[in-house]
Amino acid sequence: MNKKTIPLTHLSLRGEAKIIELVGGRGFQRRLRVMGVREGQKIKVVSKQPFHGPLTVAINGCQMTLGRGMAQRIIVEEL
Amino acid sequence: MIKKIVLMGNPNVGKSVVFSRLTGANVIASNYPGTTVDFSKGKMRIKGKPIEIIDAPGTYSLQPTNKAEEVAFKMLKEADMVINVVDATNLERNLYLTLELLEKNIPVIVVLNLWDETRHLGIHIDEKKLEKLLGVPVVPTIALTGEGINTLVTRIKEARTNEEIKPTSEEGRWIEIGSIINKVEQVEHRHHNIRDIISDLTIKPITGIPISFGIIFCAFWLVRLIGENLITYIFDPIFNELYHPLIIRLSEWIGPGFIHKLLIGEFGVEINFIESLGLLTTGLYIPFAAVLPYIISFYFTLSFLEDSGYLPRLATLVDNVFHRLGMHGHGIIPMFLGLGCNVPGALSTRTLESRKQRFISATLLAICVPCMAQLAMVFGVLGRYGLYYIGLVFLTLAILYIVIGLILNKFVKGESPEIFLEIPSYRRPSLKATFKKTWMRIRWFLREAIPYLFLGVLVINFLYFIGVLQWFGNAVQPVMVGLFGLPGDASIALITGFLRKDIAVGMLVSLNMAPLQLVIAVTMLTVYFPCVATFAVLIKELGIRDMLKSAAIMMGVAVIVGFLLRIILLGI
Repeated sequence: MNKKTIPLTHLSLRGEAKIIELVGGRGFQRRLRVMGVREGQKIKVVSKQPFHGPLTVAINGCQMTLGRGMAQRIIVEEL
Repeated sequence: MIKKIVLMGNPNVGKSVVFSRLTGANVIASNYPGTTVDFSKGKMRIKGKPIEIIDAPGTYSLQPTNKAEEVAFKMLKEADMVINVVDATNLERNLYLTLELLEKNIPVIVVLNLWDETRHLGIHIDEKKLEKLLGVPVVPTIALTGEGINTLVTRIKEARTNEEIKPTSEEGRWIEIGSIINKVEQVEHRHHNIRDIISDLTIKPITGIPISFGIIFCAFWLVRLIGENLITYIFDPIFNELYHPLIIRLSEWIGPGFIHKLLIGEFGVEINFIESLGLLTTGLYIPFAAVLPYIISFYFTLSFLEDSGYLPRLATLVDNVFHRLGMHGHGIIPMFLGLGCNVPGALSTRTLESRKQRFISATLLAICVPCMAQLAMVFGVLGRYGLYYIGLVFLTLAILYIVIGLILNKFVKGESPEIFLEIPSYRRPSLKATFKKTWMRIRWFLREAIPYLFLGVLVINFLYFIGVLQWFGNAVQPVMVGLFGLPGDASIALITGFLRKDIAVGMLVSLNMAPLQLVIAVTMLTVYFPCVATFAVLIKELGIRDMLKSAAIMMGVAVIVGFLLRIILLGI
């Protein structure tokens, strides 16, 4: 199997993916993880705001909004 | 011996509701993360012994990422025991803080709040097994209705430490949590229901943006509708039919002199509730008949919006704009709260992560966001000339918000982190909770604002009496007339505005200005300085140095805007 990893920003709306890696310092990683954004979790993109606005994602039935820059550093594998 | 209990938990899990259930105290709770930015203290009795209870701001972990979380972390150090409030619908994420707390060797009791929501969401939690695994009491509650609170109170004494949980790494905790979740939680697959559909519609840009305009428009329409009706049918009749004759009799009885001037106004001049400037005329009429009705209607509407869970979605939609102004979407919360009163608005800037964001947000709040007391007066004073003039004031303030934000974003040093915000599920606001919250905020207005109003009226009367105001008015007359096209006496209103902006607007009326002059004066009054209460809070939040910078910006902007408006509106 040859599965591609992509940044979360490239994931299409409604598409589901698995989080592979959080790229950034420990503080950044911890901040995401304590809100539920962790390696191995399934993630879905609920909405993308235009003009490089933030993304709203769903993980485990709970939603959160995060900026593009942060989403760029979340590497996922499409399911 | 337990003396001090601290409530800790993630943001927006209902800590404040649990707190008010335990203590009977009234605290504000909303459906968005970060409502509690400061701690509240309360007391309860267990077997006759008084215990202090502290409601800490929400935090996701014991490594603080913003000022509100720092406050929570400090609270923990003073605690003899922790009640860890957990969102049962989001157990996995919440358990991280629970494990961190258990590592601290402090007695803990876990509250599984929002227990009823788990059923709607198809989540099944075996709370007995969870209790065994964590080694501390676990109590399911529905704090909003009070279910489970009695059990919580009786089990407080069972709170204990769990020696088996040793400090470990972040990875270690997540592994532990994974194994706990596997054993205690089952999630049914669930279909999209109406709540999910509404949630999607309000957050997707194509539908969400038009809906947000609709909601904001309706909110303002509702505020005006309720406020105007309260005035027309309740407050004005009381003052005009019942109170006015009383005051006339009192006026005759007192006769001319200083006492009359202080209590009622100039003797022999027809009594006017807005212009007379007596303690018993203007001092009572402005807070109760002009401002209070709008305070009631504004906070009712705001409470409704807050409890529904709409605001985080709005923050998502406006993030783009706010990011360009150096903040992020959450910056709309201080602005919204500030429209009621700038003081809670200034406090809520704490949920922004960086110093730069807090500085920009607080400065823009002080400059461009008029509080409801001022707005109510502006509607009262300018409304009679037509909505066009009120529109001019709002338009100017909105342009200022954006222009100053863009400039500050460019020149203020520091970072502006991106938005990272939880989007809670929609909840149907309970009318009872909305009324209660509205009432608490009204009481706060009555207690905090009215003393300042009375003080304002007193100080002004005194300064008039000794002639300071007339002297000052004459001294800055050239500036007022030359630069802003306003009568010299408008300066007196500006001084008064430092105490209370609502009386200041009232004072402008007696100067018989043209509507466009009023627009200039009212806009400058909003911009040049916050009222003394907001000023005090801002010094605390920003520190003296940043506040001085902020104040310099305010004054500078006021002069520039006053001058530009004069050129645009009045011509040279």
